[in-house]
Amino acid sequence: MSRIQTTFENLKQSGKKALIPFITAGDPHPDKTVEMLHSLVKAGADLIELGVPFSDPMADGPVIQRASERALVHKVGLRKVLALVKEFRQQDPKTPIVLMGYANPIEAMGVEKFADAAKDAGIDGVLTVDYPPEESIEFNAMLKARDIDPVFLLSPTTEASRVDVIVNQASGFVYYVSLKGVTGSKNLDIDEVAGRVAEIRTLTTLPIGVGFGVRDAATAKAVAKIADAVVVGSRMVQTVESSTPDNVVANLAALTAELRQAIDSH
Amino acid sequence: MQLYDMPDERGHFGPYGGIFVAETLVEALEELRVMYEKYRYDEEFLAEFAHDLKHFVGRPSPIYHAKRWSDKVGGAQIYLKREDLNHTGAHKVNNTVGQALLAKRMGKPRVIAETGAGQHGVATATIAARLGLECVVYMGSEDVKRQAPNVYRMKLLGATVVPVESGSKTLKDALNEAMRDWVTNIENTFYIIGTVAGPHPYPMMVRDFQAVIGVEAKIQMKEIVGRQPDAVIACVGGGSNAMGIFYPYINEENVRLIGVEAAGHGLETGKHAAPLTANSAVGVLHGNRTYLMQDEDGQIIETHSISAGLDYPGVGPEHAWLKDTKRAEYVAITDDEAMAAFHGLCLTEGIIPALESSHALAYAEKLAKTMSKDKILLVNLSGRGDKDMNTVAQLSGITL
Repeated sequence: MSRIQTTFENLKQSGKKALIPFITAGDPHPDKTVEMLHSLVKAGADLIELGVPFSDPMADGPVIQRASERALVHKVGLRKVLALVKEFRQQDPKTPIVLMGYANPIEAMGVEKFADAAKDAGIDGVLTVDYPPEESIEFNAMLKARDIDPVFLLSPTTEASRVDVIVNQASGFVYYVSLKGVTGSKNLDIDEVAGRVAEIRTLTTLPIGVGFGVRDAATAKAVAKIADAVVVGSRMVQTVESSTPDNVVANLAALTAELRQAIDSH
Repeated sequence: MQLYDMPDERGHFGPYGGIFVAETLVEALEELRVMYEKYRYDEEFLAEFAHDLKHFVGRPSPIYHAKRWSDKVGGAQIYLKREDLNHTGAHKVNNTVGQALLAKRMGKPRVIAETGAGQHGVATATIAARLGLECVVYMGSEDVKRQAPNVYRMKLLGATVVPVESGSKTLKDALNEAMRDWVTNIENTFYIIGTVAGPHPYPMMVRDFQAVIGVEAKIQMKEIVGRQPDAVIACVGGGSNAMGIFYPYINEENVRLIGVEAAGHGLETGKHAAPLTANSAVGVLHGNRTYLMQDEDGQIIETHSISAGLDYPGVGPEHAWLKDTKRAEYVAITDDEAMAAFHGLCLTEGIIPALESSHALAYAEKLAKTMSKDKILLVNLSGRGDKDMNTVAQLSGITL
């Protein structure tokens, strides 16, 4: 069983929902990333989504794009991200790390070389935003052969027949994008999301995470009622953006603890 | 010989092309694919398209024998396909008319576009005004500054121009931003992509709408000189004017197809926009797999060309395929070489070419010199140079 599967099993048994914060590796500085990861775990994160900086993050909003740009100033690329995770793993053998990024850095490294390096670094899942299942069959098999879960997005416009295609390739969990648009958009409609999550449950037994538009504790609590995991991205990154190098770790921890409490009170 | 039949159902040209987008865009692209398949061979749609190309765009565009320039160059005879004479001054309008007619049939009241130099933006704003569609154009803030006259033209035509401040603030960032708008406004919005790149069906659809260039050229060359040219030459940024004139010639084995990329300050300086000629690594950007200018981490790097229309780090996937199969040849021309050809054509023929097209002219000049007088080159003169007056004047130290 992969670390992601184990995590969801354990949470299920204790009647809890997963909190998945997202930060971009190397933002605000690569020297901070490992410390930030540990602090997120300490404050209540069950899994962490770690963004791989990319020059052209088409599916992201301005907040996460700026995070990429801050990291790229320090030349943080895929190899550096893997090195950071490897360093994190030395202290934390348990918390799953899901890389979220775009196809080009992976192809530039070479897909097989990447799969090996990800395994070696202790990566648990890979969400490649612009690799739809039809274009990534071999890649997904490569990941699975190394006990790494390929994670996929489902969107409000994804039809049931296509959900089938996607969950066939996916493992670990699926990530339901709760609204149309890019990351960091507003106005998550909780009733609409609840309806869609219920529909997806009829199509897969994989845990379902919900993200895009989870901006505060109240929304996190509402999402926790209907989903298996709450993903918080832009709000986390905003906190990084508005912090100084001295208080960024503490601020992220405070936000994570607040979200944890809200989710556990669902 | 086996007839050329590309792309496959998911938009692959061999290993290139495809649909590499976030899940949020998949259904929108599927809707577009289905609708385009429906109208692609629909007689009524094609008749409407042909009617607009004739009466609104002013097609067919003539082919002109640049005799004085050919004599001066010395060698092969150079003929020009005059896309610069189209309404709005470039080939871009062929495609925007086609896509806007499709948007109308799909019931989308709003169109968006990305633009670099502003030619595609102007062509989109133009057809949007004519069809009564709301129009939003994304343009890198650097380009907004460089191309002020085109920004004003778009505004006159009723379009909203949104300056993009992210990334390198140029064409690729405008494309990212337009994609984001589309994801958010899928229900009422049609995204008019201006080149043969992007996710399937765009590379195929834009090629098909631009193929009118090559279709006309084949008929006209037969009428004018009684045979097809020895080579067809076109500039390549994303590659839409080149695909438009190449495509109908692909099965004509005796006609060489030559794409001319921007070598900028020179390939050896790294400051260029020639991913095919420089043999850049293959990667994924803007929804398709193709040759891409990138660093060792797979980050897209900034490109350089004197011509904003060629200043793009990727290239349409069909060009990548034509390069690998050797059906087309790709070469690169520096800023200086393009400028020399620009002035040459101005002075000998009374035609001011776009800086993009000047790259194709410059290569034609090089090649013609190596050929005998009975050989024939056909250059796609993809646009007129009025938009480039500021750039050219600045190079001569003149402020207009």
